[in-house]
Amino acid sequence: MPDRVYRAAPPGALRVEPLGELTAIFDRRSMQTHLVVPPMPEILAAIGAEECDAATLAARLAARFDFDGGDDVQMILAERLSELAAMGMVARA
Amino acid sequence: MRHSIRIAVGPVHFRIGSDWTQPIAALKQLYVSYPQDEARPADATVRLFAARPWRRWVRPSVHIGGDFVVPDALPLPLSMGLLAAEMGMNLQVALGWRRHMLLHASAVARDGRALIMSGESGSGKSTLAALLGEGDWRLMGDEFTLIEPEGGDALAFPRAVSLKNEAIAEVAARVDAARLGPLMTGTPKGDIRHLIPRADAIAAMHEPARPALLLFPRFGGEAAIESMGEGEAFVRLTEASTNYVALGEAGFAALTRLVRETPAFGVSYPDSATGIALVEQLWAEAAK
Repeated sequence: MPDRVYRAAPPGALRVEPLGELTAIFDRRSMQTHLVVPPMPEILAAIGAEECDAATLAARLAARFDFDGGDDVQMILAERLSELAAMGMVARA
Repeated sequence: MRHSIRIAVGPVHFRIGSDWTQPIAALKQLYVSYPQDEARPADATVRLFAARPWRRWVRPSVHIGGDFVVPDALPLPLSMGLLAAEMGMNLQVALGWRRHMLLHASAVARDGRALIMSGESGSGKSTLAALLGEGDWRLMGDEFTLIEPEGGDALAFPRAVSLKNEAIAEVAARVDAARLGPLMTGTPKGDIRHLIPRADAIAAMHEPARPALLLFPRFGGEAAIESMGEGEAFVRLTEASTNYVALGEAGFAALTRLVRETPAFGVSYPDSATGIALVEQLWAEAAK
């Protein structure tokens, strides 16, 4: 599967509120509430202003959290990015 | 319409019209001590009407109308006109109210702080609130609790309590018969009898209370208390709110604040006495 490139929601589009084990995210554009669990909030925080693919994201998360950003991690992140895109919280660049 | 009444329940001002005198007469009895303000425009309109003119007399069946309607809702016989009025009032508030976040929950207050109980029909939230309201709690409402989106306070909606089935005898044994409405048997919800809240609860219905404890009662089974995380409480309350989606970000903000600031528990109880004991135990810890 090619490593797709994504971009974050525009600044201010998402209101993110951690609620214990869950994180509630209000999307001001769709008025929808999303409830997510790790690593979704971490991905959204790490995706940043620049366009980003799973490999870049894995490297960023690996630097921040204690794991290596190997191929299996990249595959999982690619799946999660695709799910976030389906929910409208990131967009395919 | 031929017969009508205005009723203020908490912040909601209803205008209820009927083709028949009986439901209005019954409402007058239940709401006689509620504040009246004829000059204030109504927030919600309920209409109890006959589908055809002759059906006012021939097998009279009460259709429920108003600002919002449920298509295909079955009419009720005139003997259940009071239930039709109650369903109409609930419907208008559930679908039309936007000023506050509406929770399908009962609530009682003590010392300006609110205990909010959310659960499905049959969870016992209404009976527990009614029984607590006969003790040293102020009944805020047995069906709906309103949350002020800006400040987070809970507001009362102390309509006449809708006692159902076994709860009727349990509560009737403790209150003056003058506070009970007519017994309606065999309704789609079983037997129903209304209880007029205590005068002090009606007089205080505009006083907000700060949410201090959220409970999710479950009637039946062993007595048990289960602490509930913010996330689960949030999910359950979005399901219990009839206008969460309509309120948009204001609803999101109000609900995240409510679950963060208010401890929440699931409570199972085999009978009302145990339920009340568990409530008092949790309240004693929450109110510290």
